[in-house]
Amino acid sequence: MEKMPKWADVVLIPVISLLLATILSAIVILAIGEDPIEAVSLMVTGALGSTYGWGYTLYYATNFIFTGLAVAVAFHARLFNIGGEGQAMLGGLGVAIVCLSVQWPHWSIALLAACAASMIFGAAWAAIPAYLQAKRGSHIVITTIMFNFIAAALLNYMLVNVMRPQGSQDPATARFPEAVHLPTFQSMFSTAENVMFRGAPANISFFVALIACVVVWALIWRTRLGYEIRAYGHSETGAVYAGISPVKITVVAMLISGALAGLMAINNVMGEAERLVLNSTEGAGFIGIAVALMGRSHPFGVFLAAILFGFLYQGGAELALWTSIPRELIVVIQALVILFTGALDNMVRMPLEKLFLSFRKGSA
Amino acid sequence: MTLMKSLMGAAAAVALTAGAALAEPALIFDLGGKFDKSFNEAAHNGASRWAEETGGTYREIEMQSEAQREQALRRFAEAGSNPIITMGFGMADPLSAVVADYPDTTFVVVDVTWLDAPNLRQVGFAEHEGSYLVGMMAAMASKSGTVGFIGGMDVPLIRHFGCGYAQGAKAVNPDINVVANMTGTTPAAWNDPVKGSELTKAQISQGADVVYAAAGGTGVGVLQTAADEGILSIGVDSNQNHLHPGKVLTSMLKRVDVAVYEAMSAGENVETGVFVMGLAEDGVGYAVDDNNAPLVSDDMKAAVDKARQDIIDGNVNVVSYYENDSCPALQF
Repeated sequence: MEKMPKWADVVLIPVISLLLATILSAIVILAIGEDPIEAVSLMVTGALGSTYGWGYTLYYATNFIFTGLAVAVAFHARLFNIGGEGQAMLGGLGVAIVCLSVQWPHWSIALLAACAASMIFGAAWAAIPAYLQAKRGSHIVITTIMFNFIAAALLNYMLVNVMRPQGSQDPATARFPEAVHLPTFQSMFSTAENVMFRGAPANISFFVALIACVVVWALIWRTRLGYEIRAYGHSETGAVYAGISPVKITVVAMLISGALAGLMAINNVMGEAERLVLNSTEGAGFIGIAVALMGRSHPFGVFLAAILFGFLYQGGAELALWTSIPRELIVVIQALVILFTGALDNMVRMPLEKLFLSFRKGSA
Repeated sequence: MTLMKSLMGAAAAVALTAGAALAEPALIFDLGGKFDKSFNEAAHNGASRWAEETGGTYREIEMQSEAQREQALRRFAEAGSNPIITMGFGMADPLSAVVADYPDTTFVVVDVTWLDAPNLRQVGFAEHEGSYLVGMMAAMASKSGTVGFIGGMDVPLIRHFGCGYAQGAKAVNPDINVVANMTGTTPAAWNDPVKGSELTKAQISQGADVVYAAAGGTGVGVLQTAADEGILSIGVDSNQNHLHPGKVLTSMLKRVDVAVYEAMSAGENVETGVFVMGLAEDGVGYAVDDNNAPLVSDDMKAAVDKARQDIIDGNVNVVSYYENDSCPALQF
């Protein structure tokens, strides 16, 4: 018998964790002499109070959906992919090569090609750690995190020495041609008299992220491969007994994971910057770990957690713009949310389970 | 009636504060953050000096992500901040997308000189000229005939520093050996004093007895190790002579603080256009104070001041690394 009803597990625990994180953050803000209520209302109105705010929130969320899904798929095979950052960097390189080397007639064709290139580059970057784990037993956590540094050095070399336009002082590629600029929410939803999402970077790749959520859900719970991945993740010996190859599952799960992380580049490189800069991923690969943990590795949970982190990013930017709260403190607030929702799960869960058990005894 | 009065009063107060906010400048720091001991901190110092002297206030933000660059520009412009001062070449691309939408706002950018907009003040620095002078001093102070250069992240801007330094050293002693190293290829290279210290030791083992650090926070480690090992060092951006009195030969000054201070003092009517702050404008130069006066001989000072005048008059041409992405005096 379950200790708690399902709604309490899915809704109550995250909400209580969030409340605790909010209360602690408020105490921290009070301690440095700012008004916590004003800060929270600034974050909420700044991130969710206008289509402009939503445009930024959803832009960040799109990044986190991709990296969150990447980590979640690997989690199902009980693999800890910390290399989302490097895989997304390589995905960006793939997108830049595709966008700059071919004269695309229309953005839609370019988007399809960029999706393919970013997935191939991301998957290729995950393939080597996957092979080393499957065949040589080199721990995936160590190899993927090392590959993040190699990716950064490779990107620096490419941007400073190879792809930088002659005479430019900025280590970045040239701007992508007009034809491959993705439609933003502003151009998609605005009417002549009512401009929505003005200047916000959210773009059509948000919908690609939603499709990716559905595809991952179908893959994990509705296909034979997904069943094998989950079986391997639950029990390796059981999976081997059932005739599932550990090598194949490790490599395939990591390839899918790397492809999803690489796919993030269509949002930040092709959709927002419209060129490849050195610092394009800015930690989204690591945020993806927190997003997958909080979303319980389920695509719908990942979607909700990504929106929450998008809200924290955009709300944090508004705080930085209009208050004197230093940016380090904004990181503290974000970290508190990660701590309570991801790491300190049992702190809320256990008392809650006891509470439900005592209710049940009382009624029985 | 009283209600009406207080409402009117409130409206007037709102209008007044709005009016006051109109003249408020804004400062946008680059990703390094305002306490990076280097470029951004110099901007912060310039802004605080303005605030202290005039009692004025300004808005500021430290970038956390690339997407925030354009966001911060638009939000400050829409809130009526004027002028909006931005730091670093990373702002060039966002600025070119934004400035035309806010023709009544004046934007200022430091370290960018190649954009074209009527409401933009672009301030560049002739870092190669300042580096040339300290390169001359390094060559004169060196007894071993080998001098060192330690850069931060390997980007064109830092090669630009190193190139001027090598040219200055070779102007004094054509046979001098210039050893150059970069700290790394990621932004972490701007703040890695331990690696700066390692590189300094490596250069000492190659015979260097003067090292020039153009590496942000990494330079703290370079200067420390040079002082510990008994060789001379050269600081960068702000005057770092006081860090190790008697051990720092000089500092290559890049007056980012002055650029920010001047823009804030001029307010929204700040002159637009391209301004390159070279030796003539005192935008770059070398530092002499009580801490390094015993190290700088009269001959040295005379030679460097003559070279300074020659560069200003056009008799000496210091080649810029940007001209053809290569350096005549140093291989990277």
